[in-house]
Formats: sequence, structure tokens, C-alpha cells
Amino acid sequence: MTLLSAEGLTKRFGGVLAAKDVSFGLEGGEMLAIIGPNGAGKSTTFNMVGGQLRPDAGRVTLAGQDITGMPPRAVCRMGVGRTFQVAQTFLSFSVIGNVQMALIAHHGQTRMLLPDAMAMHQDAALALLERVGMAAQADRPIGELAYGDVKRVELAIALAAAPRLLLMDEPTAGMAPAERSALMALVAGIARAERIGVLFTEHDMDAVFAHADRILVLVRGEIIARGTPEEVRADPEVQRVYLGHSGTRAAERARRAHG
Amino acid sequence: MQWDFLLVQSLSGLASASSLFVIASGLTIVFGVTRIVNFAHGSFYMLGAYIAVTVVPWLLEIDRSPWLFFVGVLVSALAVGALGVLMEMLLLRRIYRVPELFQLLATFGVVLIVQDLVLLVWGPVDIPGPRAPGLRHGVVILDQRFPAYELFLIAVGPAVLGLLWLLMHRTRFGVLIRAATQDREMVGALGVNQAMLFTGTLFLGAALAGLGGALQIPRVSANSQMDLSIITEAFVVTVIGGMGSVPGAFIAALLIGQLQAFGVLIFPKITLVLVFLLMAVVLVIKPWGLLGKPEAAAGRVVLPEGILDPRPLDRAGKMLAALGLAAVLALPLLDAYAVKVGTEVLILALAAFSLNFLVGNGGIVSFGHAAYFGLGAYGAGLLVVKAGLPMEPALLAAPIAGGAFAALFGFFVVRLSGIYLAMLTLAFAQIAYAVVFQWVEVTGGDNGLVGVWPSRWAASREVYHYLVAAVTVAAIILLRRVIHAPFGATLRAARDSAQRADAIGVDVRTHRWLGFTLAGAAAGLAGGLYAFSKGSIDPTLLGIPMSVDFLSMLLLGGIQSVLGPVAGTAAFHAAKDFFMPLTDHWRLFLGLSIIAMVLVFPRGLAGAWDTLRRRRA
Amino acid sequence: MADAVLDVAGLRAGYGPAEVLFGVELHLARGEVAALMGRNGAGKSTTLKAIMGLLPPRAGSVRFAGQEIAGLAPFRIARLGLGYVPEERRIFTDLTVFENLEVGRRAPPAGRAPWTPERLFEVFPNLAEMRHRRASAMSGGEQQMLTIARTLMGNPEAVLLDEPSEGLAPVIVEQMADAVLRMKAEGIAVLVSEQNLDFAAAVADRALILEKGTVRWQGSIAALEADEDVRRAYLTV
Repeated sequence: MTLLSAEGLTKRFGGVLAAKDVSFGLEGGEMLAIIGPNGAGKSTTFNMVGGQLRPDAGRVTLAGQDITGMPPRAVCRMGVGRTFQVAQTFLSFSVIGNVQMALIAHHGQTRMLLPDAMAMHQDAALALLERVGMAAQADRPIGELAYGDVKRVELAIALAAAPRLLLMDEPTAGMAPAERSALMALVAGIARAERIGVLFTEHDMDAVFAHADRILVLVRGEIIARGTPEEVRADPEVQRVYLGHSGTRAAERARRAHG
Repeated sequence: MQWDFLLVQSLSGLASASSLFVIASGLTIVFGVTRIVNFAHGSFYMLGAYIAVTVVPWLLEIDRSPWLFFVGVLVSALAVGALGVLMEMLLLRRIYRVPELFQLLATFGVVLIVQDLVLLVWGPVDIPGPRAPGLRHGVVILDQRFPAYELFLIAVGPAVLGLLWLLMHRTRFGVLIRAATQDREMVGALGVNQAMLFTGTLFLGAALAGLGGALQIPRVSANSQMDLSIITEAFVVTVIGGMGSVPGAFIAALLIGQLQAFGVLIFPKITLVLVFLLMAVVLVIKPWGLLGKPEAAAGRVVLPEGILDPRPLDRAGKMLAALGLAAVLALPLLDAYAVKVGTEVLILALAAFSLNFLVGNGGIVSFGHAAYFGLGAYGAGLLVVKAGLPMEPALLAAPIAGGAFAALFGFFVVRLSGIYLAMLTLAFAQIAYAVVFQWVEVTGGDNGLVGVWPSRWAASREVYHYLVAAVTVAAIILLRRVIHAPFGATLRAARDSAQRADAIGVDVRTHRWLGFTLAGAAAGLAGGLYAFSKGSIDPTLLGIPMSVDFLSMLLLGGIQSVLGPVAGTAAFHAAKDFFMPLTDHWRLFLGLSIIAMVLVFPRGLAGAWDTLRRRRA
Repeated sequence: MADAVLDVAGLRAGYGPAEVLFGVELHLARGEVAALMGRNGAGKSTTLKAIMGLLPPRAGSVRFAGQEIAGLAPFRIARLGLGYVPEERRIFTDLTVFENLEVGRRAPPAGRAPWTPERLFEVFPNLAEMRHRRASAMSGGEQQMLTIARTLMGNPEAVLLDEPSEGLAPVIVEQMADAVLRMKAEGIAVLVSEQNLDFAAAVADRALILEKGTVRWQGSIAALEADEDVRRAYLTV
């Protein structure tokens, strides 16, 4: 069965159609990238899957179950982990504390009043940090880490919910160029080994073409191309959109007018 | 009921709406540009009245003309405007970037300072002002006499609205104010010096408050309670209208004026409640007020102001705690007075600790925590005095009363955030205060109730001290445990990043509500113990000054630390107890201390302790 | 460079723990229009914000007209004669067109004819018809014109223009290009961040390509148009 399926997702903000009839499917272990220029509707699409936005029309199903319009916390409990464009972590916690907190939430223990939170799930948290290569830094305050490492911890937090699907909004944004491919390789490795589906948006084309199995190109709320990296790269429409030829003649005229 | 009576009632509602608008417009303009909620706005209002009762009679000595009366009023307003400039340059400029809690506290420090300065300059006796020449008569409207000065006031509101409109639309300064209200940073990027703009805004805002105060002198004597009574009403108008919106303030003032005028007829006892109820309803339906705009939510990636990663006590910390506990137990070996102070410190420490559970641990800045303390005290006290129950069940009822009201109010509070949340907690506290104050048959009103004594076995000071020690220490240990437990960690996590908490499956709002309720219950327990230690209860237990005392204890102790507030309470209460009898200017001293703490010592005693230990290590 | 109005060296900046710029080097000659190109997320807007002081630079130097401006408050930078047109436009929507222009007004350096609303209405005829309209009632294109006009009211010597053509209809894009060329004709240097190659080609003399927070390529627009490899590497997919 398809892990994630989006059918006919549509969202309007005021008079603007931010997403129009967006449909796609995603299998476990697959990396699917959504790319497109600014304002193409990537975040809108993403947030409709993650529960931050309720679509005006269309359906999102996860392993056959309808999750359309569920709030993010419910979507999380269905087995969806999420990372954000600006990494969202608990700044006052240690590295391992962040992951322990996620595990406490995953086990539905957030209302316990007596046990010591930081004594709970230590081994599991350490194992998760191990998987993202951050076990050595477990006891440091997360605020002291380099941003690339924060992103790794955020991945461990997302994995704490034992997700079937990972939603990653610009996973490499804000990272030093050298750290980017390492993080994407890590994500791809985990996804393939554990059959986790990964839906991500990304501006870094190196990251997209090196690690995505399939790519969706979104422009003005509509999917204009989809396929493997090779297919998308060869698509003349995609080239045209990225270079913004839409204003060509207008610009030409302006240039001539000023000689 | 007669039509003419209703008309006159409505007219007097318009007159108070008009005055309220003049004051609130200044508050809302200052907030719009500086994003600071200025508690001292009420002090500017009071100063306007005091300056006017000094200047106007002096002018009227020269010539009893109506013109000189208004010249005096204007001079007073301008003088207060100048004081606003002083406050901006000396204080506000330094706190534009600090967390809201500190801003509120610092401007409240100014309130305290002005209160004492007013007493120093003008003395404790109310000073009646002269009536306005030419407007002393009554006008007959449909057979009812209506004071001419009130009619004049009705005209002032729209006139000020009109003048403000002209200022805002026809002058460069006004256009810049409106632009800065929307986007300060962009105004800066266009070359406008914000410091000048802010100073000018404070002049305008303070002058409006001063004008409001000066215009009141024919109606009410200048008195030293004017500041806090007006500031809550001005807050309510500003919040209902939408913070930063002058037309919103006008509409809200009209609504409240009429609500008060007619509320008096229908529910004479609870007019204040009606006003705050209106505010609560508006905030729940329109969280940014009638004409307000949502704050641009900033994706926060800075360390929050509050408890960070709570660690178990180290050896020095344990020794300090043991020492403190030993001192508490040994107090009865000293004199009876030490026992009394020690008992109070313990009780207040529990209240302060429960507040830090919200503020420091949960990032929920409550400005009305005294409400739950006071409601606990009344819950226990009423059971003893009115129902004749003994102490034990009454003490059990105290946390239930505090918790139940915290659950009720908290249900609305946790829907908001930031400054609006703080304002709503303040409003709910004022509702509770108003009910207790006005419901004389049950609560004894202003005088409160006496006869809340402990059971016979706990009647001696020493035994009661040990009872309090046992209960408060147990409660603090328990709450501290909760901070370290998953529930406390979850509140902290939601404070750090609500978005991340949501994404790991936490229902943030429900957890905040439960936390609010728990803190309210703990404060209620403290309140119950307090009632029995004093033998009496009165409305000051729920008042704003009490809430500010709690916040000052946190600030002094350091809101970053778990046990800091306990140390802060001991230091604060001991200092208050020691200095207050020695000086007539306790508030001046306290106000200056609060400001000094915000400016130079924001991490409190716990921060100083940390620094000291790190230097040693 | 001696003739540079703007000289940026080793500029680093970011948001909180996130780093975006890793040592940007660029210069802008007097009266020149240069296009700062690159994909989304390459750091174009961040570069302009860091130059303007809206985002404090973490390292590096920014010299404007020979004076170091890194670390100055934005209003001081603006007063030195550097204008900024944000990508999000940031029009004061509660204000009228005329009032928006008033907020931007600053006296020109001695000896230069100041921009006035009337002169600006010649450049942007659409604005003239709606001078007393609230900015909230304007279309996106009209707002984009207003935000440029507002900056010109400060009589800047150089302007940072962030993605002026984004999301606009072709006919508006044409007017934007017109406006940039008009600025150039007035002797104003413009650093325009842009993804649209045609727009850049229409207005700019030179292009700089930013990728992952550093300038990877620079050269004439003609060279960029001729070099498909560069375009493929840095601008398209």
C-alpha cells in the first residue's frame, strides 16, 4: 500500500490559489523532493500534509488512513516526524534531554508528576543520538552546538516518534555547505534502512539531485513536472521556469526603450 | 424608569467615556510605537491632577477667567509630557529589548516611586481642585439637572480624537508614529531615528495622561490612589480596542462608559466585574481586540527567560538548602517576632514558588497571581467565619478554591500569549478583587473579615510555625519534583518551542491549562495558611501590589533557578519587614530596587550565587 | 576599488544559530547596476539585509562611500545615502501613498535636485492617480512601485533592491525594469537581487552569482547569457 497519498490538495489564501489540485504518492523508503521557485506553494503543500493547514479540498491519507485536517500533534501520533526550516528544538534542554522529551511525548507520559524526566528513556535516547552521530555530545546544552549538529539532533527528535513518514522542510537551510551532503546522506541511509518515507523541500539542488528518488516541481501552486532527477533535469519547461523567462518580452522592451 | 433619567445616565456614561479615552489614547499610542505596556501611565494621570490642583488655583488668583483655567490644565499636561520624556530617556530606552515581564515590572517600579514622590510633595491629604469658572452651573435636560462641566467633558473626547487625527494625518511626526506602529524596523531603514521618535511618542502619551488627570480636578480631589484605579481601566480600554489603535480605544471607551452607567442600574454591586468580563469576552473572540492587529509572530531562536535545564542540587546547593531548613526550624528559639516573620516568609515562598512554576518554568507571565493566593485565603476564611468549620477542612478548601478559579480563568488565559496573556491575568485578578471588594455582605468588603484563627492545638505561634513549615516545605518539594518530572519538562519544552512540542505530539494548550491550575492551587494553599497566620482576610491579598510583590520576589531570587524564588522571598520579605517601619518611603525604595534589578541584576540572587561559585571554581 | 560606492568583504551573517553568509565579497561602482543572482536560499536577501544593518554582520567589512558601515544602525546607514527596498515590500498599509512617501523623505545632498512626489509620479504614473488611497487597497504591483518610490524619496546615492520582479505580471515587470533604468540614468547605483535572468539582463551591467552564502561567479551579463554551464550550475536545476 502507498505510504502517503495526497489527492487533489487545494488551498486558497484570500484570492490567491496557493495550491491547486496537488496529487502525489510516496512509498516507504523513498525520498521525494518538492522544488520550485519562491511562492510556488511548497510550504503550503507541506503544511497541508503535516496538519498545520487544513486543505480547502483534497485528501491526505497515511497508509490508507485519512489524516486530512488533523492537528499536527495528532498527525505526529499517526507516525509522522517533522523537521523545520529553522530548526525547532528545546533550547533550555541538553542534547539528550531534547530526545528524551520527544520519547516522553511519544510514550504519552507528559502528564506524569513524580518521576525524574531526565532519568527516563536514557538508553533509547542515546541510541537515537548514536544513529545521527551525536552520541558524543549528548550532555552538552543544545544551544552550544553548531547549527549543522542542531539539525542532526532535530532529526533524532523526529525519529523518536518511530515515524513511518518524515516531513523535512528545507533540511539543509542555514547549514555550512560542507555539512549539507553529510546530513542528506544520513537521512537517505536511515530512510532506506528502515523503510521510512521522506518528503522534503529543498533549495540546494546538489542535495536534491544527489539524494531524491523522485522530484515534484511546483510552480504557482501547480505541479508542472514530476519524475526522476534525470527526467526533471531534462524537462525544458522546468528550465524555463527556473530562469524566469515569463517576463522576457517585457524586459526586452524596457531595455530597448532606454537604449 | 423614565426616559429623561436614562438620557442623563447615558450622558454621564459619555462623560466618563470621554475622560477614559483621553487617558487610554496615550497608553495605546505609546504601546503601538514602543511595544511597552506602560504601568506608569496611571502615574502620569495622577501627576496631571496634582500639578493642576497646584497650578490652576494659582492662575485663578490672577483672574477668575475660564481661559486661565484651561491654560492651567494645558500647562499641567505639558509638564507631565516633559516627565514622560524624562522617563523615556532615563529608563525605557534601556529596556526596549528586554522580556515583557521585566518591562512591566520596571514601569511598575516607576509607579511606586511616583506614589512616594507625590506623598512627599503634596502630602497624604486629598486636595480638592477648583471648579471651572463658567461651567459651574447645571443645565436642565428634560427636567433633570446635569452639570455643565460634564457636558463639556463629553465634548473633550471627540475633540481630542479629532486633534489626534489631525496630528496623525497632517504632521510628519504623526505619519511617522503611524508608520512605526506598523513596522518600526522599516521606518529605521528609511533613515528615521527611532530614539527621537520614541521620545516624542512618550511626550505625547504622557501629556495625554496628564491632560486626562488635569481635567478631572473639578470632579474629584487629587489623591494618591488615582494611579492604580485608572491604569486598570485604561488597560482594559486599550486591550478591548486593540493595542495601538486610537479609534479602537475610542470605541472601547464608549462601550465601557455606557456599560458602567447602565450596569450600575442593573447590577449595582458588580459593575467592575462587567467591565472585565467584557474584556475577557472580547479577547477570547478577537484575541487582538476590536481594531487591533496580530503581532507578527517571530520564530524565536533565543534562550527563553526562565528556568534552564534544572539539575539536581549539587553539594553546596544541598548544604544551603539544609542550612535554610535548619534556620526555619530554629526560629522559635529566637523571639516571637522572628517566628512571625519566618512563618510569613515560608507562606510567601510557596506562593512565589508556584508563580515561578508558571513564569520561570512555563513561560506564562501571570501578572495576577495574587488572585489565587487571595481566593485561597477567602476560601478558607469564609468557611471558618461564615460556616463555622474548623481550620483543618478550611485549609483543605484553600487549594481547591485557588485551583478551581485558576482552572476557570486559565481556560481563557492559555488561549493567548505574550503581553495579551499578561493583561488577561491582570484583568481576571481585578475581577476577583472587585468581587471581594464589592460583595460586602459576604466578604466584608474593604474591611475584610476577622476571626480566622487556627484550631486550638495549633493556636500558639510556634506550633503554627511548624505546621506552616511542614506544609510549605512539603508543597515546595513536591512542586520542585513536578518541575523535574515529565509534566514540568513538557511545560518547559512548550515554552522553548511550542511548534516543536506540537510536532512531537504534545497538546500544548491543555498542558498549559493544567499547569496554570496546579500553580493556582499551590498559591491558594499559601493563601489559606496566610489567612490563619494573620487571623483575618482583606482584599489587599488579591491586589495588584501583592502580585507585584510576588514578581519582585522572583526577580530578586532569579527566575532562571528553581529554588531562587525561595531565597528571593526570604530576602524580599525580611528587607520589607526591616525597612518598612524605619522609612516612610518604602515604595520609593522598592521601586528603585525593582528598576535596579531589571537594569543591572536581571538574574537575581541565584545568578549572583552562580557567578560567585564559578569564580571560585 | 577607488570608484566603488559599496565595497563588501568577508561578510558573514545568519539568523540565530543558522549561518547563511560565508564571507561574501562584492563591490558596486558608482552609477552601476549589478544583479545579485542565485537560487532561492542562496543568501541574496540576507546579503542585502546585512549590508543595510537590518541583520548585524558577524564578521567582515561593509564600506559605503568610503566609510565603514558594518555595525551601524540602519537609520544611520540610510542617512549616509544607502536606500533599501525589501523583498516583502513592507509598505505601511495603514498609510496613504502620499504618507508612505513622506516617511521616506530625506533632504538630498547639497547640489542635487531632490526627488519629490511629483517627480516620482512621472516615473510611476499609476501612483499619481491613487495618491490619497490607502496602501492596503493597492495591488501587489502598485505596492512594489510604491516601495521603490518611497526609498527614492530619501535621495539615496545607491539602492539595494530585493527581488523587484518576483510574483509580478509581465506588464508590471516592465515598469520595474523601467524604474531601475531610470534610477541608473539619475546616477544612482543599484544592487538588485534577482532570479529572473531576463530581468537582470534588461537592467544590469554586471552579474554576481551567489551560491550557499558565497559569490561563486561574476562577470558581464553577456558572458552569463553565453555560458550555459554557469547557468546550469548556479541558476537552474
